[in-house]
Amino acid sequence: MGKLIRFLPLILVIALGVVLYRGLSLNPQDMPSALVGKTMPAYSLKTLNDNGQVVTQADLKGDIVLVNVWATWCPTCKYEHPYLVDIGKDPQVKLYGLNYKDDRAAAQQWLEHYEDPYVFSIFDDEGTLGLDLGVYGAPETFVIDHHGIIRKRFAGAIDTRVWRREFEPLIAQLIEEKKQGK
Amino acid sequence: MRLTRLFILFLTLAFSVNQAEASPVDTYEFHDEVTKIRFQALTKELRCPKCQNQNLADSNSPIAADLRKELYELLQQGKADSEIVNFMVDRYGEFVLYRPRVSSLTYVLWFGPIVLILLGIIVVIVIVRRKPVDKSDLVLSKEQQDKLKNFLNDK
Repeated sequence: MGKLIRFLPLILVIALGVVLYRGLSLNPQDMPSALVGKTMPAYSLKTLNDNGQVVTQADLKGDIVLVNVWATWCPTCKYEHPYLVDIGKDPQVKLYGLNYKDDRAAAQQWLEHYEDPYVFSIFDDEGTLGLDLGVYGAPETFVIDHHGIIRKRFAGAIDTRVWRREFEPLIAQLIEEKKQGK
Repeated sequence: MRLTRLFILFLTLAFSVNQAEASPVDTYEFHDEVTKIRFQALTKELRCPKCQNQNLADSNSPIAADLRKELYELLQQGKADSEIVNFMVDRYGEFVLYRPRVSSLTYVLWFGPIVLILLGIIVVIVIVRRKPVDKSDLVLSKEQQDKLKNFLNDK
């Protein structure tokens, strides 16, 4: 016992070192979303392409849905756009856009110019739905299951690596859940 | 002389730094003083989700401006502080609180330091109260004293 206690400071320092070293590789921007496990917040907004068409949370229900928060003022959105075009062709998921605090004409032009991957984009120029979703920047992507419950929130750009690591396993799981009628 | 100069330089620098500290200017008008104070208190308590080391009052980021606006509107609607805090937590998570609430997740955070201090005090008390070494063991016996004297006398 007497001899062991001599090593106590060393053990403590090593333990502290391990904790701090781990902290170095953690991403402080990585925040858990408060909305995971909750239903999609209620909203009633126009779509980007049709000022007369009002959409609500009911329009997203029934499928495995991705909601991608994007804007023309966001450079990272431009980076992820080609990947979204690929994802938009995937029949297993439905990709919707949430055009966040943007200019309608500029956003429409963006979609014309770069190809529109979305079923439709919700036009949220005041950021009200963004606020209810806890969006604090763009791009962000939410995964919503067939019951309309938010299962994941991802802040940052999607590319092939991110898609494989962050989304594919969850989407496979959701497809399985849907098949089993859960 | 040189020291005084240095001191003056230091003072000027210190004050100029203070002046350079910019904070966003909103022009919100309040009907009464209490609401204004509550607004100021809440913007200090709530953290900006984008720029994590600033509160809503300090941050210039667009999201902080949006949240200040939302906060202002909630206050105008007559919402209580706790309702407003819940509103923010529901959307941005516990993270937005600079003083996290006491829950099973934050026990370590809240009580860890007290536990560590108590541990430290206990260690100090144990060390202090440990029996001092018996000095009689260190005193030479009569035999040893005589031997020592002999050695010294030999010289």
